[in-house]
Amino acid sequence: VTVVAQLTYLQAISDGLRLEMRRDKRVYVIGEDVGVYGGAFKVTLGFQEEFGPWRVIDAPLSEAAIVGSCTGAALMGLRPVAEMQFADFVSCGWDQLVTVAAKQFYRAGTPVPIVVRLPSGGGFSGGPFHSQNPETSFAHIPGLKCVCPATPEDAKGLLASAIEDPNPVLYFEHKHLYRRIKADVPEERFTVPIGKARTHREGEDISVITWGAMVYTADEAADELAKDDVSVEIVDLRSVLPWDKAAVLASARKTSKVLVLHEDTRTGGFGAEIAATIAEEAFESLDAPVKRIAAPDAPVPYSPPLEKAYIPQVDTVAAGLRELATY
Amino acid sequence: MAIAREAEPVGSLTEVREAGLDREDLLTIYRNMLITRGVEERGHILYKQGKIPGSFYTGRGNEGAAVGVAIAMRPEDIGTPLHRDMGVHITRGLEPWRIFANYMGRVDGPARGRDGNVHMADARLGLISMVSHLPAMLPVAVGAALAFRIREEKRVAVGWFGEGSAARGDAHESMNLAGVRHLPIVFICDNNQWAYSTPTYLEFPTEHVADRAESYGFEGVVVDGTDVLAVYREAKRAIEKARAGGGPTLIECLTLRMEGHAVHDDAFYVPRDMFEEWAKSDPIERFRTWLREHADLSDEEEDELASEIKKLLNDAIKRAEESPLPDPATVTDGVFASPEDLDTPHHR
Repeated sequence: VTVVAQLTYLQAISDGLRLEMRRDKRVYVIGEDVGVYGGAFKVTLGFQEEFGPWRVIDAPLSEAAIVGSCTGAALMGLRPVAEMQFADFVSCGWDQLVTVAAKQFYRAGTPVPIVVRLPSGGGFSGGPFHSQNPETSFAHIPGLKCVCPATPEDAKGLLASAIEDPNPVLYFEHKHLYRRIKADVPEERFTVPIGKARTHREGEDISVITWGAMVYTADEAADELAKDDVSVEIVDLRSVLPWDKAAVLASARKTSKVLVLHEDTRTGGFGAEIAATIAEEAFESLDAPVKRIAAPDAPVPYSPPLEKAYIPQVDTVAAGLRELATY
Repeated sequence: MAIAREAEPVGSLTEVREAGLDREDLLTIYRNMLITRGVEERGHILYKQGKIPGSFYTGRGNEGAAVGVAIAMRPEDIGTPLHRDMGVHITRGLEPWRIFANYMGRVDGPARGRDGNVHMADARLGLISMVSHLPAMLPVAVGAALAFRIREEKRVAVGWFGEGSAARGDAHESMNLAGVRHLPIVFICDNNQWAYSTPTYLEFPTEHVADRAESYGFEGVVVDGTDVLAVYREAKRAIEKARAGGGPTLIECLTLRMEGHAVHDDAFYVPRDMFEEWAKSDPIERFRTWLREHADLSDEEEDELASEIKKLLNDAIKRAEESPLPDPATVTDGVFASPEDLDTPHHR
């Protein structure tokens, strides 16, 4: 019998990480304020008491050294989990991920099993530097994996998979889901495979391809469409690199109409890759052009009305779905 | 005003013995320096013959600094040598034929054709392959030291950078983290005085790069990088200090880059008299003179060594040329690792 508990998304991450650290002594955590303070969002609260200061390491404000040292430690056989205080700050660790970690196995044949946790996403006036969703930038870099769990269960299972994975994995945890989303999660350890999408909602008429917090925006919009007897299917990618092309194409072929939705900006966003792939490989199954809804090409603004205009809202998504329904 | 300690030269054989080297070790050092220069000279010829694609970099003038540090490392120690540090690869045991294979983009080079010139390392020899963004290897070296500290192993990481790299944030973050955590690491700055065409006074404002060490809470030492024995002695001290829990050291090896940044560069911007001055302290010639004066290096030994190395390099080039070029069909192989790939020396 699987014992389950109601956990928030944040508790699921925390529990998942604690389980990995208990079962594998090679796993350690490094980041800013992760120790005594328990992390800016309290994901590692109490960890230092349990695992000690050399497995829950408070780092100086040094994202390059945090990420780069993870690569070095991973090459020595450890399984580092770095926390960026906010996903936005990974810009300072970009070189270490993109230049060193991503290419090391291809160039030198030595795997770099590191995980970088990235609290990402907006919705609470975090402004331009505490709200971004930089997954697409990294999905473009061969050698990096990018996972973006939307549910507490996936948050826990994908974290276990990320730590187990022999590659650098960027784990995007959406801050707006931390305490808002609560669901049953098995208490024991389990993994969710990286690269397998999940059907969040079955439907017949239109497919929404999305991930992260937008899964819930899409779900609410789908509720609206259901009132008009339009049945919407929601495919939660769960990881954008590798991404589950087969599941996306199958859903596109099933419904014949596709909306690609993401919280990151539109131009060159990962949605463009998905739309292009559908156009290349499922063109003949389509009854409407693939539609994209994403943030506009601007930095994430601070003031509530601006941020609301920026992050795709339920109404916008519902309107997009209606357009597709009547096409 | 200099803050870092300026290392003394090593004088007599007695001092060398005190530093832990016997005559056989001295000859090994000399041999490694000769092979290092030989590999790079022969590589340069191969490059001119069109047998090496891309560009070609040498570490002429740095042979003593590279070999001196590497010889002070223990087999279980880890290093991240850069493109002037061929002597580290040679000392750790990388066979010259594999270096030539790497230069030529063959499958038997450590990078198997995926990367060129000195962007290579054999993990089994305790080395980590460098990237072009040179100071980016310092955080990696710090991570190796952190792993040793976490596991409470008596191992030391050696992280190389150049005086040009000293200007990058990675150098600061690495030394700061290593200082804060008192990690078992030795930072080696190959100060060859020219970062491509940029002189030292446009890269850092202090007299020495090593002057910075004090601000990170550890010792800085400047050593004449053309004096292999002085480099060895300082590296040995620093490595053993780190191993004993004494924390990091920054050693700056002062040399002159005796050629251009890469072979396309004639280094017109380096004053001629600077080359002439530093040519007088060529690390190999200097050590040879010392060996003849202090360790009875004989003509016979020299001749024997020269012909042995000549044969070694000839055979190496031949074997490298026999190594296949990579199959184009493998271009996307190994972008991602599989679980079984974790079965490497580093992970075991």
